Amino acid sequence: MSHLSQTRALWAALAGVPLLFAAIAALQMKIDAGTRAYMEENEELLLRSGSAVRKMSLGYDSLLADLYWTRAVQYYGSRAGFANAKFGLLWPLLDIATTLDPKLIVAYRFGAIFLSEPSPAGAGRPDLAVELVKRGIAENPDDWNLNGDLGFLYYWWMRDYPNSAAAYLQGSKNPKAPSWLKIMAARVAEKGGSLDTSRMIWSEIYQSTQDKKIRDRAMEMLRGLKAREDETELDELAQAYKIRFGHFPDSTKAMLDAGMLRAIPVDPAGYPYVFGPDGKSSLVPISPVVIPPDLKAPPEVSK
Amino acid sequence: MNATVGPVAINTFREAVRDRVLYNLVLFALLMIGAAILVGEISIGIERLVIINLGLSAISIFGLVMAIFIGVGLVYKEIEKRTLYSLLAKPIRRWQFLVGKFAGLLLTLGVNTIFMTLGLAAALVYVGGHFVRSDASILVAIYFILLEFALVTALAMFFSCFSSPMLSTLFTLGIYITGVFADDIHGIGEFTKNPAVLAITRTLYYLVPNFHNFNAIDTVAHGGAIPFSLVWQNTLYAALYIALLLVAGSAVFSGRNLK
Amino acid sequence: MSTPAIEILGLTKDFPVGFWRKRMRRSLDNLTFQVEEGEVFGFLGPNGAGKTTTMKLLMGLIFPTSGTARVRGRSIDDVQMHREIGYLPEQPYFYDYLTARELLDYYARFSNYSKAERRERVGRFLERVGLAAAGNVQLRKFSKGMLQRAGIAQAILHDPAVVILDEPMSGLDPVGRREVRDIILDLKKQGRTVFFSTHILSDAEMLCDRVAVLAGGKLQGVGAPGEIVSMKAHAMEILFEAREGRALPAALAKNATRIGGRCRVEVPEEALYGALEQLRNCEARILSVSPVHPTLEDYFFRLVGSPATSRGLEEISR
Repeated sequence: MSHLSQTRALWAALAGVPLLFAAIAALQMKIDAGTRAYMEENEELLLRSGSAVRKMSLGYDSLLADLYWTRAVQYYGSRAGFANAKFGLLWPLLDIATTLDPKLIVAYRFGAIFLSEPSPAGAGRPDLAVELVKRGIAENPDDWNLNGDLGFLYYWWMRDYPNSAAAYLQGSKNPKAPSWLKIMAARVAEKGGSLDTSRMIWSEIYQSTQDKKIRDRAMEMLRGLKAREDETELDELAQAYKIRFGHFPDSTKAMLDAGMLRAIPVDPAGYPYVFGPDGKSSLVPISPVVIPPDLKAPPEVSK
Repeated sequence: MNATVGPVAINTFREAVRDRVLYNLVLFALLMIGAAILVGEISIGIERLVIINLGLSAISIFGLVMAIFIGVGLVYKEIEKRTLYSLLAKPIRRWQFLVGKFAGLLLTLGVNTIFMTLGLAAALVYVGGHFVRSDASILVAIYFILLEFALVTALAMFFSCFSSPMLSTLFTLGIYITGVFADDIHGIGEFTKNPAVLAITRTLYYLVPNFHNFNAIDTVAHGGAIPFSLVWQNTLYAALYIALLLVAGSAVFSGRNLK
Repeated sequence: MSTPAIEILGLTKDFPVGFWRKRMRRSLDNLTFQVEEGEVFGFLGPNGAGKTTTMKLLMGLIFPTSGTARVRGRSIDDVQMHREIGYLPEQPYFYDYLTARELLDYYARFSNYSKAERRERVGRFLERVGLAAAGNVQLRKFSKGMLQRAGIAQAILHDPAVVILDEPMSGLDPVGRREVRDIILDLKKQGRTVFFSTHILSDAEMLCDRVAVLAGGKLQGVGAPGEIVSMKAHAMEILFEAREGRALPAALAKNATRIGGRCRVEVPEEALYGALEQLRNCEARILSVSPVHPTLEDYFFRLVGSPATSRGLEEISR
């Protein structure tokens, strides 16, 4: 007969604690799954104004900037890849991060790419990207990379070639800037948009950053560009084929048999191209290579 | 059971009222009046948004402060002042006492929140002239806030079953803050890609009460609707966690020698 | 004989001492005794003897290291046992935001009375403890004595068969003490069992059918107050004036106390004549010889080894 007879029952109940925890965790997973979709519209950010946050940061600006930068990256990462992903908070997050710490180059460069990309890869707001990068240049006149990014934004998304050329030119004046900036300035000014110029921009973006997400994106673009170039070439060959045989080729193999190709051409992922009845080549549907919509109609190729 | 839990709950409520806890309502009313008058002057176009954000945030903060600071004293004060001795001499079990105290504080918070909700409604009418359909979801947000109060109260009371109010406050605040940032903790784990860190953050994520679940202020401020599934899931989540804390608290408290 | 009202069987309680809770201090050691139905039972002992510990063990506020107890045949683990028991804690303190009436009404709710019944009962018991006029005053305005009365009222409110009172007289003025005595006698008249602790021995002598004496966590004796007293050998008290310059015999000097110019010595009855002879030999003037009527107080002091009676004659011979 112990003093704890009633307590013993409660301790027995305590044995159920792990069970309760399991139930709680399971429920949390369910809640998480349910909220993922509605989270898109339900984006909470207590303070959207960078200057307000700065005032309230009590001197810990740069630490807070790092927090906001981390949040921005997590925010992007948690949504990227979902269909119809919107990135409504990306701008305020980056805005706050760079207001708190104007020297946060990574944040400007991240914004240049992912604010401008359309959904589902980015926020689809090149105008905000331009604003962010311009602010970055004003705060960090020494960093030629940002001039390159601005040139890219004007070139790629705004198709504003005079401004793009001006941005590249300004960057090239930096003694530390590599020579390609000057070349870009000249090319954009002379030819406007072309596949060559586009490829050059993306490969420079690829090489000038450590950010894995940006590099992945640049690599994807380069592969898309390569595919686009291949398609253009194949379409021209198909026209030649039709002149010779009176009809379009039904496959690249037919062209190979006709001696017009030395090997079966494959896209950057290793899949052969296919032909439609109209003689237009395209990627096989299962190929992971993506030609982004804007590349399908590349910025006006001026011959 | 009601014969023992009910009186304790009502007495706890009465204590809060007599200790002038509800005076915080005056502060809330002043805040709402000030906001309603000022917001018309300075934030044209988003008056409703500001009032809803401010009102719900204030309801949440006022209640949380009450839940924590009264919660940690619920059990401790009765032991310290030895008022518990004559009570436990009556035919009441210790867990019934705990549940009664919990219910009493919850009742206090509920009444407090009802008054605040009325204040918020009045401020909304003042700036908007009338209610709109989506205002109904504000009530859901307030319900979530109440669930949050219940969870925080249970946490505070659980700690006060075996530690001083000072430590209990620290523990409760610590867990509350961890719970609010549960998502970010989870995110950090995913971000590092380090399996050990990931294991820790993931465990933590499912272990601490996830207060993030209950935050619907921003959604309703922008006129968004809350899916019904979230309502029952949150309710169940809070109920499970509270049951867990009450059982654990009762087990600890029932075996405790009252000095 | 029917079941005892309270049955204490080998109750032992160790408390941890020290910050790391390693050492244990025994505050109650194998306590065993019974309180019979209908008696007024006094629980005596100096502060720290373990009286409050025993009562808290009975009420389930603390838990025994070993041993157990039963109240009217029911284990102290059984919460239903509390329906038949009333308890006044030592130096009681109550919710000070309540009035006395509200406090009693609150406690009455645990006994399943109807609303009307509660109101009647609360009024009656306020009257009984002399708080009728202060019923609607908040307890924070109560004096210590008034709190004690409110405490007694809540202990007997539900007509318990067994009433446990921890130091019910402490903090009361003489009038208040008499009122509490009357309440206890009243309860006895109603056939209830009263188990109360006190260190005011006259109260126990006046009220108790039986007493138990506790010291240092150990039971020293149980019995009627008269029995306990009679355990002690009868003694005679000699009052005398020592003559200047004459030393007293060592045996007497050791036990004598000086009061003013006189000396007082207590000797066992059988040694009386020998002692008188010795005093006569040293030309002391005998003032009086009288039998000592021992009280519980003496018994008590002897147990505790109070210096009051063991002080030697060193002062005198100096």
